[in-house]
Amino acid sequence: MSLRIHRLVRTLAAVAFAGVALPALAQTEIQWWHSMTGALNDRVNEFAKGFNESQKEFKVVPVFKGQYPESMAAAIAAFRAGNAPHILQVFEVGTATMMSAKGAIVPVQKVMTDAGEKFDQKAYIPSVAGYYTTSKGQMLSFPFNSSTPVFYYNKDMFEKAGVDPNRAPATWPEVMAAAAKIKTSGTSQCAYTSGWPSWVHVENFSAWHNVPIATRENGMAGLDTVFQINTPLHVRHWSNLKEWADKGYFTYGGRTNQAEAKFYSGECAMLTSSSAAQANINRNAKFKYGVAFMPYYADVAGAPQNSIIGGASLWAMAGKPKNDYKGVAKFFTYLSDPARVAEWHQKTGYLPITPAAYEMTKSSGFYEKNPGTDVSVRQMLNKPPTANSKGLRFGSFVQIRTAFEEEFENMLAGKQDAKKALDNAVERGNDMLRKFEKTVKE
Amino acid sequence: MEKRVVFRSWWLPYLLVAPQLAVTIIFFFLPAGQAIWTSLLSQDPFGINVEFVGLDNFAALFHDEHYLASFKVTAVFSVLVAGLGLSISLVLAVFADRAMFGAGFYKTLLIWPYAVAHAVAAVLWLFLFNPTLGVVAHWIKGFGIAWDPLLRDNDAMILVVVAAVWNQISYNFLFFLAGLQSIPKSLIEAAAIDGAGPARRFATIVFPLLSPTTFFLLVVNVVYAFFQTFAIIDAATSGGPGNATEILVYKVYKDGFKALDLGSSAAQSVILMLIVIALTVIQFRYVERKVQY
Repeated sequence: MSLRIHRLVRTLAAVAFAGVALPALAQTEIQWWHSMTGALNDRVNEFAKGFNESQKEFKVVPVFKGQYPESMAAAIAAFRAGNAPHILQVFEVGTATMMSAKGAIVPVQKVMTDAGEKFDQKAYIPSVAGYYTTSKGQMLSFPFNSSTPVFYYNKDMFEKAGVDPNRAPATWPEVMAAAAKIKTSGTSQCAYTSGWPSWVHVENFSAWHNVPIATRENGMAGLDTVFQINTPLHVRHWSNLKEWADKGYFTYGGRTNQAEAKFYSGECAMLTSSSAAQANINRNAKFKYGVAFMPYYADVAGAPQNSIIGGASLWAMAGKPKNDYKGVAKFFTYLSDPARVAEWHQKTGYLPITPAAYEMTKSSGFYEKNPGTDVSVRQMLNKPPTANSKGLRFGSFVQIRTAFEEEFENMLAGKQDAKKALDNAVERGNDMLRKFEKTVKE
Repeated sequence: MEKRVVFRSWWLPYLLVAPQLAVTIIFFFLPAGQAIWTSLLSQDPFGINVEFVGLDNFAALFHDEHYLASFKVTAVFSVLVAGLGLSISLVLAVFADRAMFGAGFYKTLLIWPYAVAHAVAAVLWLFLFNPTLGVVAHWIKGFGIAWDPLLRDNDAMILVVVAAVWNQISYNFLFFLAGLQSIPKSLIEAAAIDGAGPARRFATIVFPLLSPTTFFLLVVNVVYAFFQTFAIIDAATSGGPGNATEILVYKVYKDGFKALDLGSSAAQSVILMLIVIALTVIQFRYVERKVQY
């Protein structure tokens, strides 16, 4: 009796084991957690499918894990529980958090070298690669979807208001002159709006005017960085925005990308927001529109410099079997193919993160057929990046950015002037930087 | 008469309560204990550098003016949500109870909003109150009143309160209606014969007899306003403009899951837990005395 049960158990175990073990023997699964929705999600699945069909050894499984902060929180929780994904897509404000998580991540360069895959970080646009590279020159994550803010304007409205639709306003005073005409001519109630207030009006504003956001090369040279965004130039820009808001030239559009809908629905005539908004604008706008460089103040020496990126990169998480990283490396190589980078750029509006992909897109005549799609990359390459414009790296930046946005809203609501708002932003930001410094330092 | 049931075997009662105890321990005591422990630590998001800091996280919170402001916001928000939610649904229940024709139709309509998920309700109201697209915003502006929940604190507060109350009315309504229907008609008729008008009958008979229901709903609504309105805040305002609608539970989420500051977030949830325990104790100790079962 007991012998029979014993045999039965053994048989069952063997069957179960075979059922589990066989596919694992054939293929190693590579988990890829990401935050791409809609058409972008389809592209991600295509990448995985293409890779899986190109070889037999590994199978990349893309999993949508919610918005950027959600997928990051989920991956961190999974890491603490000992089952992190192999690849995690992290947005640019989470970069410093990931970088200081030694032991939780494997630098992309190490992944590639260990697996014997070719990897040249010089193949990337410097201001993209720089964002994810340590001060010692080691590239930590794999650039994937990078965007930068650009200026959009409604050509039909410009024409109606008597502003030259073939010449985009280049400076902030020109933007406001156009806004005044649009408003007074009764063309539209909303002249100018903007997405991502901190990203556009603090971070990129500083880089574009070649002034620092913070000491220590915007935090890239060390954790002991201090914010410097309450300079007269920053105060001037924020008080201008407040004044324009009071005059009705500037309509506040919220903290994320809600302003984009205000533009493509034909409500607002001008917009500053991500270059990745172009796909949506293209699909929805029932008017002619132009894309141009971000406005600047002409009297600031060195402006315009170059803009900095947003978007996300792919991180290899630590603690997986050695062989798995071979698959991760192979997949990164697959994604690096210039034709794929170029296609991703053309279909999504994200930047062509390698000059090769840019040249390929250029020579294919894509930019002539789709005017405005090259503005973002030209803006990134406008000048060789300086210490002020190669990027930024701040711990707890998600929280800090929210603090900046809260101070911005409190200014627009009339609770404080621009100087006070920016002073508060600096103070609150520095507090959080110090706290972060304390948690990551041994 | 002795009501107590006596079990023959000593282990049976333990066995019978075991499932419930297990659920409480696994889903309440363990996480709560973990939260208390985390609140005493300072750590990076990945848990690589963990340091015991005692009550530092709590001390930092009480020096943070934004945290203190969040108390005020929470107080205003919960008083409005519980107060409006209870009074509006009581009025609706009284009228629905009296309706002669189509009572079933009204009741169905009034119960409907409960089927709408909180986040969906928030988006719905957000859309209606959207300064450029929303119908309600259009009416408000028609009266010459400025309206912009993206920038004006009070407008944002009104928006989240309306969404939260609307979502909760059905639940309150159901309980009030059931409470009203269980009041013996003979009492009300007797009072009417004695010459008491509808208002007096409500004040001296109906309302006191409803007090167990009202008390129960008060506890439930306060807990609702403190915790379950999270989805509404997140979808409608994300705590903005500034920090104008950042209630305590939203701040726990924001600091913990967006900012990944686990120590502070855990400390906040511990404080929140203490507040709700205190409020419930107060309600049972003092308010319940006025309840007539």
